[in-house]
Amino acid sequence: MDGVVQLQRQLVDYTASLFHEGFLDEQFNQLQQLQDENNPDFVVEVVSLFFEDSERLLNELAKALEQQSVDFKRIDAHVHQLKGSSSSIGAQRVQKACIAFRNYCDEQNTEGCLKCLQQVKHEYSLMKTKLETLFKLQRRVLAAGGSIPKPI
Amino acid sequence: MARNSVVSRRWRSEKMDGFDLSPPDEQVHVLAVDDSLVDRKVIERLLKISCCKVTAVDSGIRALQFLGLDEEKSSSVGFDGLKVDLIITDYCMPGMTGYELLKKIKESSTFREIPVVIMSSENVMARIDRCLEEGAEDFIVKPVKLSDVKRLRDYMTAREFRVKNQQVGNNNNNNKRKLRESCDLSSSPPSISFSSSLLSPWPSPPSSLSSPTSPSPCLSPSPSSSSSPSPPILSYSAPCSPTTLDSPTRRLKMSSSD
Repeated sequence: MDGVVQLQRQLVDYTASLFHEGFLDEQFNQLQQLQDENNPDFVVEVVSLFFEDSERLLNELAKALEQQSVDFKRIDAHVHQLKGSSSSIGAQRVQKACIAFRNYCDEQNTEGCLKCLQQVKHEYSLMKTKLETLFKLQRRVLAAGGSIPKPI
Repeated sequence: MARNSVVSRRWRSEKMDGFDLSPPDEQVHVLAVDDSLVDRKVIERLLKISCCKVTAVDSGIRALQFLGLDEEKSSSVGFDGLKVDLIITDYCMPGMTGYELLKKIKESSTFREIPVVIMSSENVMARIDRCLEEGAEDFIVKPVKLSDVKRLRDYMTAREFRVKNQQVGNNNNNNKRKLRESCDLSSSPPSISFSSSLLSPWPSPPSSLSSPTSPSPCLSPSPSSSSSPSPPILSYSAPCSPTTLDSPTRRLKMSSSD
């Protein structure tokens, strides 16, 4: 019994820290609200799609910035997509990094864009690690017979 | 409009060409259009949890194909049996934008009555205005939340109720007058519409959408979202019988004269 309670506490604290540190925003709570007994893996599924989509976009961005003649419109389109999907899952820091990136696109500043790409990649990588940790904690709670506390 | 496999399709879900055909019933059927896979997954779940049936497609072209509006190729399976009650579309999409899709739908005599809602991550007034002017019912700033969908759902429920009552009224008319036996209801112009142009007696406040801080722009004048039969606020015009439906009181009398 104590084990479950402790694990749940750990989960709650970790989740709270992600919000507190700005990694996640309210939209992530929205996603959690959409999860229920009939759709117990909804959040994991959406986040997995986000990971796939983001990795594809980051690759495209790297390639686009390597070109002789940089196509800023195309880059902007990719960043726009990444910004959109990160916003849809509540990945706040990734989203913010994308906003900065788009500003450099507008200025057609290759150097700036390259720096932003590094920043976005960094934020994405952090986000991925943290979400994977979160999901692992959730699985441990479930395995111990507990339930994942729903956001208020 | 005979459909070969409607019954067999009715109680199982299929995937066909990227279309998700959930079992049709009296639920509101929403056609969701978004090129983002993540967003499609989210909007689909938001709608389903709000008791809507959902068909999610990844482009405006696909949406038109689904509706049967695409001139290039007509679907061999004939999807028009699955009536669409609401279209919700992303604005920024490659190829055909949500705005262009909106225009195509409003240009179609068959589908122009279907409410279209636009979603966009950019809260740009000019964009919002343009969409509303083109006939969009509402404009939702992304990310889409449960409260946004709930509001849409309430609107659709109220709208459906009004449509049903209108049809009951029509049936009564037809029975009594027997002049329009050959006229089937589907061909008479649907008289329920929430586009501001029909709601002349009501001050239409599209400007309620102009506040960027407002998280949930109101729908075009929808004076009542209640679905109880008693409220007299039925503010649409009825081309079928213009002389009898010009006052809410008369409208009420008609609906109760079963």
